[in-house]
Amino acid sequence: MSGPLTPSQTVGPFFGVGLPFERGEQLAPPESAGAMRIEGQVLDGKGEPVPDALLEIWQPATGFGRARTDSEGAFSFTTVKPGPVSAPGGRMQAPHFNVTVFARGLLRHLVTRMYFPDETQANAADPVLNLVEPARRETLIAKQCGGVLHFDVRLQGEQETVFFAI
Amino acid sequence: MSEREPPYLYPDYVGTRLRAPAQPLVNLPDGFHDFPAPLFPRTIAQVDHDLTRQHAGEPIGERIIVTGRVLDSDGRPLRKTVVEVWQANAAGRYLDQDDQHPAPLDPNFTGAGRCLTDNDGHYRFITIKPGAYPWKNHRNAWRPAHIHFSLFGSEFRSRLVTQMYFPGDPLMPRDPILQSIPDQAGRDRLVSRFDPETTVPEWALAYRWDIVLRGRAATPFENEP
Ligand SMILES: [Fe+2]
Repeated sequence: MSGPLTPSQTVGPFFGVGLPFERGEQLAPPESAGAMRIEGQVLDGKGEPVPDALLEIWQPATGFGRARTDSEGAFSFTTVKPGPVSAPGGRMQAPHFNVTVFARGLLRHLVTRMYFPDETQANAADPVLNLVEPARRETLIAKQCGGVLHFDVRLQGEQETVFFAI
Repeated sequence: MSEREPPYLYPDYVGTRLRAPAQPLVNLPDGFHDFPAPLFPRTIAQVDHDLTRQHAGEPIGERIIVTGRVLDSDGRPLRKTVVEVWQANAAGRYLDQDDQHPAPLDPNFTGAGRCLTDNDGHYRFITIKPGAYPWKNHRNAWRPAHIHFSLFGSEFRSRLVTQMYFPGDPLMPRDPILQSIPDQAGRDRLVSRFDPETTVPEWALAYRWDIVLRGRAATPFENEP
């Protein structure tokens, strides 16, 4: 029998005083071996930047990161790439980060995943990507832009990011 | 279950209109979201639970104790779990450069706190009662007094960010953020109760508020939107 869960409420616009913390966006020091930078933007249904969003990325092997968006809706993380992860039932999942999105205007947080562009084979076999209609899968795969991985989060509309029920 | 989470799209809360996903959320089979919650990398000092002792002087306002238990849906206490809070000051102003409310900042109040629950799942903060504040959602829109809470719980799927309200606040029925929760029982779960037993004579009123997070045996909600 389940107890009565406490409902969610929006993080609001003023979480800056409480949630972001120094070097929260660094899962690995920028100078460390294998460190990579992830950059992206959070965009709304009109393609406008969302300047009051907070992202958390989490993978048990690499740790936890938290970063807010700036006035351009931009965020960044520094991390090392996680390895493949076992899935329920013994299959393997391609390397990925779990990404949680909070923002003013989100009454509940959103959960998505960021996969890596250099894992074509593993991505093709990934049990979660395979649950997503093929045309929308690319919203979950970061793009290599020079030395940086680019991953945008589109909350609504054109090329809307795939979000998962939780 | 009669309780429901708020929907993503709730047009009365204008901020949802361009931010709620239009596509249905994708369901994952059982087991994909029940890996352990993150280990919180931020240090938590003993003093972090007392928002009235972070500066040279004491903040202006009504000193209060806010306490309760963090439980999972089977009633098990969550031990040593992180609770983060943030709030406006007694005048209804946040220490945030984007807060344009013409009310005074308090040099002795930051408005952020953290603590770990004890072995019975208790958390405890000392703070001042936050003021109501206006927002531009609709004409004459005011948020009821509230404290923002953030918790991790035991698993990835336990994560919760929410707001705690105060009993009897006349702004609650007019607040689209609270009213986005579809049923009264659900809304009531966000309202603390005055706790005369925990109130410290000659010092501070106490409010009690328990938080229930999704645990291992929780029934998943139906998909929304
Ligand atoms: Fe607030």
